[in-house]
Amino acid sequence: MIAIQIKKTLDSPTGPMVLDLDLELKKNQIIAFYGASGTGKTSALRILAGLLQPDKGSIQVEGQVWFQSNPKVFSLRPQERNIGFVFQDYALFPNMTVLENLEFAASQGKNVNLDHLLELTELGDLAHKKPKTLSGGQQQRVALARALAQRPKILLLDEPLSALDESIRRKLQFCVLEAHKEYQLTTILVSHNKEEIIKLSDWAIQLKEGKVVQQGAPINLFSSKKIPEKFKVSGEILDFTQKDNVVEVQLLVQDHVFKMEIEQKKADSLRVGDQIVLASNDFRPKLYKK
Amino acid sequence: MIWDTLLLTLQLALVTTFFLLLISIPLASWLAQSKSKVKPIVETLVSMPLVLPPTVIGFYFLVAFSPGNAFGNWLNEWFGIKLVFSFPGLVLASILYSLPFMVHPIQSGLAAVSPSLKEAAYLMGKSKRETLVKVLLPNIRPALLTGMVLSFAHTIGEFGVVLMIGGNIPGVTKVASIAIYDEVEALNYQAANQYAAVLFVATFCILFLVYLINGRYFKTFWK
Repeated sequence: MIAIQIKKTLDSPTGPMVLDLDLELKKNQIIAFYGASGTGKTSALRILAGLLQPDKGSIQVEGQVWFQSNPKVFSLRPQERNIGFVFQDYALFPNMTVLENLEFAASQGKNVNLDHLLELTELGDLAHKKPKTLSGGQQQRVALARALAQRPKILLLDEPLSALDESIRRKLQFCVLEAHKEYQLTTILVSHNKEEIIKLSDWAIQLKEGKVVQQGAPINLFSSKKIPEKFKVSGEILDFTQKDNVVEVQLLVQDHVFKMEIEQKKADSLRVGDQIVLASNDFRPKLYKK
Repeated sequence: MIWDTLLLTLQLALVTTFFLLLISIPLASWLAQSKSKVKPIVETLVSMPLVLPPTVIGFYFLVAFSPGNAFGNWLNEWFGIKLVFSFPGLVLASILYSLPFMVHPIQSGLAAVSPSLKEAAYLMGKSKRETLVKVLLPNIRPALLTGMVLSFAHTIGEFGVVLMIGGNIPGVTKVASIAIYDEVEALNYQAANQYAAVLFVATFCILFLVYLINGRYFKTFWK
């Protein structure tokens, strides 16, 4: 279990902001931090990793003290925390090949099967390439593989899945899930994407201006209680087309685009780009393999 | 005689560059990441030789290390070190004089490396020293090369400091730049021209090579 109870004053664009966390995170779970940008999500990860020192409070991991401000300030060095960290900019070492990056991370006398890691992240063919020659998605998988190569107990992912197209995103989500299970990790990630949080995480924590505003199982957090129907999917409005008395609206749900007709009155309250929920009690879908 | 002088110049530049590299890497790495209050003072001191007349450095050096002085005398009596009018003294003065030319490129090179590289290495359990040697330095090779070449060329080109501290002892402290002055004083333009031409061509070649390499014209060599 990870017990965090810290305060840290951060500089935000709107002036100083106090990051005030009091959390207990369970072992072997995937935990997601979400919330608008500049609310201290990344800082929370950096504090746990030891890259940023809190002003006061304490951090305990499995009963071991990692940080405490009382009676004397003590902070375990990042080197001794054994944390795998996937940085937003990946932080791959440009002077080393993919394999050398992994070897550098693994060289601590631990028996790590790097070939298996490369296979898991589908990087086998790229082992001897320099990071600069890889695509964004490939670089991300290298960053993930490298973080795993050091056999961490805790894996931290700082918005690893942003700025990627859907298929690459899915591939990495799969890698994260597989690795999480196989290496029995406690994984903490920062994400903007609700769908991703539901898919990946066991526990979600929403931050707002440095404070925890709500936390819980993502399915409970994100399900809209006002909508009584049993079956719900969320999507986005792409386009409207006027037709006699009704309006045909084009929707994007997951990666499928389809059209449906709605009343004029309803259409007036909606705009292109709005996030919507489709709800129904009459749910008799057919199942197809992709 | 010409070759003795040129060899001495080369020797001085090489030895100075070598020691400068040893000193500047830790110094620049401290400057690149420190938030200490004394940092501006250290930065100022490092940069002083850029604007200070070389004769000022030479003068204070002469005063401090002269055997007629308490400190210089103590060095001489206890350690047998005589820094004035000697080759080691010349090296020491050159190191001070060329310090900014080595420290600045390395410092800005290190500052330009994304901090997450360093942090990633720390989280892998690597010490600061290992991170510097295996991660940071290999990624600032162009800056290292620039620093080395600039200090080398600058040491070859120094005049004021060398004249003040080294004097003009053939084979010991008489370097090319001083030899030129000497020959011109003696109206020996032919010899002066020989020194000058060698320095001109050598300096051109060295700097040209740096620009070629750092401009990635030798892609295979400098990957």
